[in-house]
Amino acid sequence: MPIHDQGYRRYSGTRAPSGRAWSVIAAAGIRTLFAKRAFIGLLLLSWGPFLVRAVQIYAAANLPQAQFLAPDAKMFRQFLDQQEVFLFFITVYAGTGLIANDRRANALQIYLSKPLTRVEYIFGKFAILLTLLLLVTWVPAVLLVIIQVMFAGSFSFFLQHLFLLPAITVFSLVQVASISLAMLALSSLSRSSRYVGVLYAGLIFFSQALYGIVRGITRDSTMAWLSVPLDLQQIGDVIFRIEPRFHMPIWSAFLMIALLIGVSIAILERRVRGVEVVA
Amino acid sequence: MSEPAPIPPQVVTLESVTVNYGAQVALRDITTAFAPGAIGLLGPNGAGKSTMIKALLGFVVPARGRMHVLGLDVAQSPLEIRARIGYMPENDGHIPGMNAVSFVAYCAELSGLPRADAMQRAHEVLFYVGLGEARYRNVETYSTGMKQRIKLAQALVHDPDLLFLDEPTNGMDPAGRDEMLELVKDLAANKGVNVIVSSHLLPDIEYTCRSVVVMDKGRVVAQGPIDSLKQPRGQVFELRVKTPDGPGPFVATLRAAGLECHATEDDVMRVFVPGDGGAHAVFALAAAHQVQVRHLRPSVPTLEDVFAQAVGEA
Repeated sequence: MPIHDQGYRRYSGTRAPSGRAWSVIAAAGIRTLFAKRAFIGLLLLSWGPFLVRAVQIYAAANLPQAQFLAPDAKMFRQFLDQQEVFLFFITVYAGTGLIANDRRANALQIYLSKPLTRVEYIFGKFAILLTLLLLVTWVPAVLLVIIQVMFAGSFSFFLQHLFLLPAITVFSLVQVASISLAMLALSSLSRSSRYVGVLYAGLIFFSQALYGIVRGITRDSTMAWLSVPLDLQQIGDVIFRIEPRFHMPIWSAFLMIALLIGVSIAILERRVRGVEVVA
Repeated sequence: MSEPAPIPPQVVTLESVTVNYGAQVALRDITTAFAPGAIGLLGPNGAGKSTMIKALLGFVVPARGRMHVLGLDVAQSPLEIRARIGYMPENDGHIPGMNAVSFVAYCAELSGLPRADAMQRAHEVLFYVGLGEARYRNVETYSTGMKQRIKLAQALVHDPDLLFLDEPTNGMDPAGRDEMLELVKDLAANKGVNVIVSSHLLPDIEYTCRSVVVMDKGRVVAQGPIDSLKQPRGQVFELRVKTPDGPGPFVATLRAAGLECHATEDDVMRVFVPGDGGAHAVFALAAAHQVQVRHLRPSVPTLEDVFAQAVGEA
């Protein structure tokens, strides 16, 4: 009898009911990323614009000469615009391997042999990206609102812009959710995270380039719906109640984002399976 | 503390189950049952063993038929079933970027164990499967044999009532293979875990299991306790012949005459003669075809004979 016979015994402790495995997946994914120095560095870098805006708010609140820096709804919209570049890099860094690496390591059959559904698996992976991207958009933007109230010493700005917190929340969620789902769908298409990164960059830059060509020919921004980032910008402008920057109807931007989400869900439904059937 | 759920008289039942992969029929109208204990699922590659396990796990949906695992309907209670079973897949599988103890603890957490319990169980199970010293190494650096062991550990960590082991000794060296078989045997005999071992290796099944389900071409071709399957319904002979064209034509002759025959090592054939006719039929055929019989000896039926006969009949 082998010596390791001593090690195994039956388990008689508690078990969580099914339906919570997604939080285990999300927590493990976030822990894994926060253990990487490169990711921490990228995250810290993405908070640079927040520091600049915080100084701007402080100066506007305390220095009479800096009144021209006083915040308004447009400043928060611009801040979220600036964060797009970090959104891109963090999405690529954290998102490309989320499902691709599991497919490469045949981990899907391990996951799906546990008491969790495919929806829970996808939601767990989605929650990882959603959390990280909200740390770059929603969290600093909300903190800026709080800082404004603190530095100004009054709620007057907040009360005059009551829509601001809901606008930041709704826009951040639309932006981050659509980007996260698109990245997860792309990640499920390949076993190589590098290839997924190229696909994602292609989705962003190709759609931008396509719009650039069309705009160059028509000299009009009606066709801006061709570009996913521009659709999100148009939606952001409407949510923040500022003049939309493109001539395209807002419904076309919403339609494109809804289409992106729908296609992403359809891809995930097809690709995330315990066994790959090649008919 | 949770009360252990009762184990039904049959841990797995399949009723008229058919599974298709597109136009390909992988399981053909299978009806069978697996009793508690260690049961072998035996068959050549492509027989449908892995497909049956994947159907029982809910990975593939049957075109028709019903399946029950531990008394629960696979179509209606997949999560309850997966909470009570462990699955060791045939292919390598791990969570990328994790060391062994993190990986196994993570699997336990996915199965609903609290984090502290999951970590404690992970350490225990890794020692049990013989990876105690290597438990802080990244799984991606493991050898093939170690990867087999870690797959067993992740299947075992949440203390399942039923284990599905798909080709558990694949790629293992002889010593590792013996240890793995010893573990499987110990789990079923001493730890109260029901085990279904899928393998195309007869010795593995014969060593670890008391009963066997033999599959071929998507069908169950024989099933029952190994000892009773090995009971002779005829006689088995070891046979060596000398012919100018090699043994091939004579094997075909024997088969054409209804005698099951398969070659083993050293050009010795094993011939199954149904009924009480003994060796007369073999000698008669040899004489008729001018084949010289150099060696003929009665033999005890083995699982290999059962397998060859069952697969030959399919």
